[in-house]
Amino acid sequence: MSGVFALRLGFMPLIDAAIPIVAADKGFAALRGIDLQLMRETSWANIRDRIAVGHFEAAHLLAPMPIAANLGLTPLEAPLVAPLALGPGANAISVSTSLYTALRAAAPEMVVNDPASVGAALKVVVTQRGDKRLSFAVVHPHSAQNYVLRYWLAACGIVPERDIDIGILPPPLMPDALGSGMIDGFCVGEPWNSRAVHQEHGQIVLTKIAIWREGPEKVLGFRRDFAEKNAGIVQSLLGAMLEAAAWCRQTAHRAELIDILSRANRLNLPVEDIGAALDRGLTMADGSCIALDPYGSEAALRPDKGAAGWFFDEMVRWGQTEDSAENRARALAAYQQDLLPGQEAEVTHGPGSFFDKP
Amino acid sequence: MTPPVTPAVTSADLCILVLDENAVRAAIIEAGLREAGHKRVHMFSDMHGLVRRISEIAPDVIVIDLSNPNRDQLEHLLQMSRVVQKPIAMFVDQSDREMMEQAIAAGVSAYVVDGLRQDRIKPILDMAIARFNAFSRLKAELDDTKQALEERKLIDRAKSLLMKTRGLSEDEAHHLLRRTAMTQSRRMGEVARALVASAELLLGDEK
Repeated sequence: MSGVFALRLGFMPLIDAAIPIVAADKGFAALRGIDLQLMRETSWANIRDRIAVGHFEAAHLLAPMPIAANLGLTPLEAPLVAPLALGPGANAISVSTSLYTALRAAAPEMVVNDPASVGAALKVVVTQRGDKRLSFAVVHPHSAQNYVLRYWLAACGIVPERDIDIGILPPPLMPDALGSGMIDGFCVGEPWNSRAVHQEHGQIVLTKIAIWREGPEKVLGFRRDFAEKNAGIVQSLLGAMLEAAAWCRQTAHRAELIDILSRANRLNLPVEDIGAALDRGLTMADGSCIALDPYGSEAALRPDKGAAGWFFDEMVRWGQTEDSAENRARALAAYQQDLLPGQEAEVTHGPGSFFDKP
Repeated sequence: MTPPVTPAVTSADLCILVLDENAVRAAIIEAGLREAGHKRVHMFSDMHGLVRRISEIAPDVIVIDLSNPNRDQLEHLLQMSRVVQKPIAMFVDQSDREMMEQAIAAGVSAYVVDGLRQDRIKPILDMAIARFNAFSRLKAELDDTKQALEERKLIDRAKSLLMKTRGLSEDEAHHLLRRTAMTQSRRMGEVARALVASAELLLGDEK
């Protein structure tokens, strides 16, 4: 390959952007002839629109975003393909201090991080509150957080929107919104759960992996037309990403990773907040500490069509799209494993395991 | 930039809401809208109470700057029937992809109520694009000027230090700084900055 290929990648300042950040900042991309230019954004809508008009060639995306794009649910037409998942992430559900108190009062025996147990307590509180509905927030309608939260609630007999309001808030505003009583809970990635705990605005009651063990939170996506015309570049970049992921997984690199992420042009957050998820793990409401593995194993980086199918089913369930064979095919086409180096054929494992499906 | 073709009396009908946290830029946009004949223009700099205000005002067009971190929340609100009477979606002119790209490049987007004709929106968005770009250029110029001024002050301080500590005349100090910058392939301002910083350490905040 002659010369260096400049490639712009849009990202949101979250811990699960670490793989692309490390690919750029530790030189993995440069070694493969790619000048990876990271462009930080302030909203998922911006990432969605900028990749559609070609300001970026690639982007850090919410896992359902390429599916939504392929289903024509985005304002600007641009089919996307996601050849890499960015690990199972570090997402959790936190509630306000007062809601936690109410949950304990409703069910003193409630077991934190047990979805059925916490859900049962929440159902009691929801019933007690009647018309004064509780209000939860997620980052975006087309986010894994939204579908996981709704799935958990529904499985526990709580009907989203009828029994609990689900609204949208940017993650940095969530801890304060919890503390001020504007919302009663949220489902979001780190460091925002730990932040809420640190500021004494709330408690972490569930990890996402307790509800859905597998399943990506974020993916790396390209415009399909770009990927088709530049297969070699995409392969090289994905190779750099796999190396960056392996680097992130090593505990010996943890301190440096936290330092890189905290920088002003990256997450621009204090080292303590980032360290919570990556070092200590999540401090749950019962005082237990749950270690997180946000970058997963190499297998977790391969985008599974089964997960795409689950996202599609949830989008149908909550009225975001119509159920049809054609739509389902478009949804599954969003995830494509065979662009990864060394991967010849698709391997589908299915959506994985959920807490209520033993 | 195409001047608005629609007569003022039609333009006055549209209710326009502008969400821009930057007060100076918001003023430029508001002026542009009023000059184009729009009478019903609302300017908000924050999202506080936005749900209530949107349902009270019932805007036909919402112009937002893309650096607003609440864009995801806004889009969700605009689709919820309990907030707006008619759905409001991001304005997309299928025939004018280039305009959409220009809008995003300029850092602005527009949302319009369902059923509004595109030829009524285009002049508004064109104007917003032009003014956002003008504002960006103005801000860049201002930043450059500030930096030049700051560097000028640093160069003066550096010269003063050299004059005091090495007994040089002002001319000699200036030439020394310039020669050093050329030798090191740096700007005079950078050399001056480094010198002043080192002097503060070595000489104890010498002025």
